[in-house]
Amino acid sequence: MLKKRIIPCLDVDNGRVVKGVNFIDLVDAGDPVEQAIIYNAEGADELCFLDITASSDNRDTLLEVVKKTAENCFIPLTVGGGVRNLDDISRLLHFGADKVSINTAAVDNIDLVAEAANKYGSSTIVIAVDAKETAENQWKVFTHGGRKETNIDVVTYCNEVAKLGAGEILLTSMDRDGTKSGFDNKLLKAVTSKVNVPVIASGGVGNLSHLLDGILEGGASALLAASIFHFGEYSIGEVKRYLADNNIPVRI
Amino acid sequence: MNLAIINFGSGNLHSVHKAFESVSSDLSNPYNIIVTNDPKEIQSADKIVLPGVGAFGDCKNAILNIEGLQASLEVSVIKNKVPFMGICVGMQLLADLSYEFGAHSGFGWIPGEVRRITSPKEYKIPHMGWNEITFSDHKLFDNCEQGSDFYFVHSFYFQNQKNEHSIATTKYPDQITAAVCKENICGTQFHPEKSHINGKKIIHNFLEWKP
Repeated sequence: MLKKRIIPCLDVDNGRVVKGVNFIDLVDAGDPVEQAIIYNAEGADELCFLDITASSDNRDTLLEVVKKTAENCFIPLTVGGGVRNLDDISRLLHFGADKVSINTAAVDNIDLVAEAANKYGSSTIVIAVDAKETAENQWKVFTHGGRKETNIDVVTYCNEVAKLGAGEILLTSMDRDGTKSGFDNKLLKAVTSKVNVPVIASGGVGNLSHLLDGILEGGASALLAASIFHFGEYSIGEVKRYLADNNIPVRI
Repeated sequence: MNLAIINFGSGNLHSVHKAFESVSSDLSNPYNIIVTNDPKEIQSADKIVLPGVGAFGDCKNAILNIEGLQASLEVSVIKNKVPFMGICVGMQLLADLSYEFGAHSGFGWIPGEVRRITSPKEYKIPHMGWNEITFSDHKLFDNCEQGSDFYFVHSFYFQNQKNEHSIATTKYPDQITAAVCKENICGTQFHPEKSHINGKKIIHNFLEWKP
């Protein structure tokens, strides 16, 4: 049986790991390569780096991080943040990323999704969607790290990018991100019930039952979390044992 | 001993290279691992690995566009029986035909066709993530446990014409070929280079394989 994936995410700024609360107030918490190696050994199913480096001049620091991680961790590595075009994707893949996640650039230019999927394969292209509930049971796509509202409906958008060749959707609830109050399972369900590619749930995990809810209520194929792993609240092993005890198929 | 990883521009080249290098470095006689599309280097290799991600037709065209590449593979693999491993689309290319975005011919080294996975709605496509495999007795699975998990990511699968060529299967929800072998030619649908310890075992076994 296909397993539900647990994906620790590391937000990386200038080559250092940070984790924000509601995208602001960043706290430094270490070396990303070191963290990635620990997660790999603990049984993470994949790894995710999100580059939040503001200046494009400093983006090369991330490439070094990706390279070193790929040399040490033999599990899939997704890298996103500031990916604008095919060259950015090509560079990240060359340095050892297995998948590249595209956010704002896909909203600005939807053709990029098809171009990227055609060139590198759907399996390589993750579309990251930052969603915020703007009316009851209605979610809009936000861009630029969640700072800019668009008029695009999240479910419609997810369907469109899936049709254009996105292999996977990384769906972040901006309402929940950093709050530790659980995933937005209504948002997740709205997308997973309509879209035929795997959806990674993101934003809001505070405890183990939140992860279970993301699968049972939200219908997620994979769960992404940062701070609960990062500050040692739970290990990957603990999460997997808890899910297994609740009859969720996981790789142990 | 030289091991050639075929470079036709596939995205997962780096991962495959690093994983083979890591496993090989633990052998008493490590391989000299080269990433190449040079027909001469390929013909002098003792083992050949063909990685591949993306669409079948694109991969096939990329190979055809490199002068002498396919011919050198034919000489090494078919004539000289050099041990060969295809990974993901690199494995699907062994088939006669694929129906991904139109009909495209493959190498025709292992009879069968590549078809889209048909699954009920609750089974998302691509089949992406860790899934367990059941394998038959083969060197490639030495020291592996039945039911171990490997990392898959694909929307099409290799439907073998002869059951004997399918040496491992997984379920999603129907049975899908997870690995193939015919004489000196093997291939995996899953990504050994991304399958952590289990994947390293497969790579190790391929490096030690003497078909």
